[in-house]
Amino acid sequence: MTAQAPILIIIIPLIASFLNVIIGLWRKRLCYPLVIITLGLSVILSISILNTVIIQGVIHYRLGGWEPPWGIEYVIDHLNAFILIIVSFISFTIAIYSKRNVEQEFPEKTVYFYTIYLLLVTGLLGITITGDVFNLYVFLEITSLAVYALIAIGRDKAPLASFNYLIMGTIGACFYLLGVGYLYIATGSLNMADLGRLLPDLYHSKAVLVAFAFFVVGVAIKMALFPLHVWLPDAYTYAPSTVSAFAASTMTKVGVYVMIRIMFTVFEPRFSIVMLPSTEILGWVASGAMIFGGILAIAQTDVKRMLSYILIAEVGYIVIGVSVANRMGFTGALLHILFDAFTMACLFMAAGAVMHKTGETSIHGFRRLHRRMPLTMAAFSIAALSAIGVPPFAGFFSKWYLVLGAIDAGKWIFAVLLLLSSLLIAIAFFRVIENIYFAPSDHAHNGVGQEEIVRDETPLSMLVPILTMAAGILILGFFSGKIVSAVIQFTVPGGF
Amino acid sequence: MEFIIGKFNYWVYIILMMIGFYAMIAKSNLVKKLVGMNIFQTAIILFFISIGSKKGVTIPIIQEGAGDAVNQAVNSARYMNPLPHVLMLTAIVVMVSTFGVALALIIMIFRKYKTLEEDEILESLRSGEEN
Repeated sequence: MTAQAPILIIIIPLIASFLNVIIGLWRKRLCYPLVIITLGLSVILSISILNTVIIQGVIHYRLGGWEPPWGIEYVIDHLNAFILIIVSFISFTIAIYSKRNVEQEFPEKTVYFYTIYLLLVTGLLGITITGDVFNLYVFLEITSLAVYALIAIGRDKAPLASFNYLIMGTIGACFYLLGVGYLYIATGSLNMADLGRLLPDLYHSKAVLVAFAFFVVGVAIKMALFPLHVWLPDAYTYAPSTVSAFAASTMTKVGVYVMIRIMFTVFEPRFSIVMLPSTEILGWVASGAMIFGGILAIAQTDVKRMLSYILIAEVGYIVIGVSVANRMGFTGALLHILFDAFTMACLFMAAGAVMHKTGETSIHGFRRLHRRMPLTMAAFSIAALSAIGVPPFAGFFSKWYLVLGAIDAGKWIFAVLLLLSSLLIAIAFFRVIENIYFAPSDHAHNGVGQEEIVRDETPLSMLVPILTMAAGILILGFFSGKIVSAVIQFTVPGGF
Repeated sequence: MEFIIGKFNYWVYIILMMIGFYAMIAKSNLVKKLVGMNIFQTAIILFFISIGSKKGVTIPIIQEGAGDAVNQAVNSARYMNPLPHVLMLTAIVVMVSTFGVALALIIMIFRKYKTLEEDEILESLRSGEEN
């Protein structure tokens, strides 16, 4: 079982998504348990994979027994295994959350929703696990197609937002594909490890430079790195709550993972850092993202849209960590991938819960909700404090590493911008938190006195995932030292 | 001149790609954007097909087949490289499905706004907000 785990983790959700259509025709109610069981299995598999990687080292899984340069190979090292756990665990938690949301927002589409949801998870897991650049492209497109369809289910402008995302996403994917083509001309190989061996002799070839440029721009569109983020706020604002929670917490992170793979596995750190000043440029772009995301987040009146802009800033943090190109910064980036996935999932799920109960997500709508939904709002506040980087919460630890990394690299300006952006995010969040806890009640000045607010907590199937994420944020922060020593220290590329 | 004629197909690929790219970004009609996207993707197919082909060679099937001939070293200079073509089979599937999803989205948009011109849609959104 464990020997076949790398392929099973892809096959099980893929088969289940088609099985889901058939079962859905027969009994609609069985779809939800099927999804939960499937994703539960992939959580177990991903834990077993990480365990194997920690004990035995890198796993090479050859599809059909073909040797690497010819056949497709799945390579799992500490980096993949780490991202796999994040993706599978978050997909599992959000699947539990999805039940009530789906029943409320689009009850007639349950079967198809879960089918596409499973395809989306398959695609994300596939991107993470594969060791072949073309295979990665195929999974990238599976993911994107699934998410276009899921976003289009949403309210208001959702189809238009999804169409704009489709156009941008296709440009990104096509750039990636062109990058693959140029590398293939130069080396005749598609295997990442093989490319890593062949490329160092060709670093001065123009085709290789072009390939690198196409890769970085293509992936930057996919992960919504400023200034290529324009599709994100609309898409995540109008998407159904479940979809925005899942896409926000995992898709951008997987995009960053692809960028790390391309920059440090396919190309050597020496190429990405010294020969081309790509990390330098990325650092400045990412600082732009942090500041811009923070400022625009303050300007929003809709909580989901505000969270989308904060997500753009968070992507900036992660990229800063990669771009300072030292051990501290890289550790911070990977920790931030983990913590931010939890934070964003928690925030978007809490916003979705408010949507579920009140039907709107404007900041005004959060007024006095601590009386009505105290647990949900407590979770929201914990996640918000973590996103700001307040000490006991997880976000503080990753930001600490990021700032140390920037200082180690002698790039004080990045450290300053990081803190400044945290302040901007703090302002954005305190506007919401103030509304939740301290805003005067609407009726207070009418002379009616304190109106009775009935406690009306989020349904249990939504509340448990939200609280799980909040607990994760509380607990994982304290274990960040352990996570670094067990997993992350092995992911830092050589030469840092 | 040699530079242009010798790499004729690559020039065509770049021109096509830029036409598609322009249409995706500058056109305001959603269907035209989609057509641009299709041209863009087809240009990439042309690029991949070009890198796999050679002059004066045959398809990669070993004709002498039976017996000893199979054991002889295959002279790769005599055959085309099939791999880019195979990659494009997959890429075509991806492109067709992208196109399908995009058309479905366009239908949804048309049902909602009764138009496919982006500026008209934005205008109706704006007037909707005022009401």
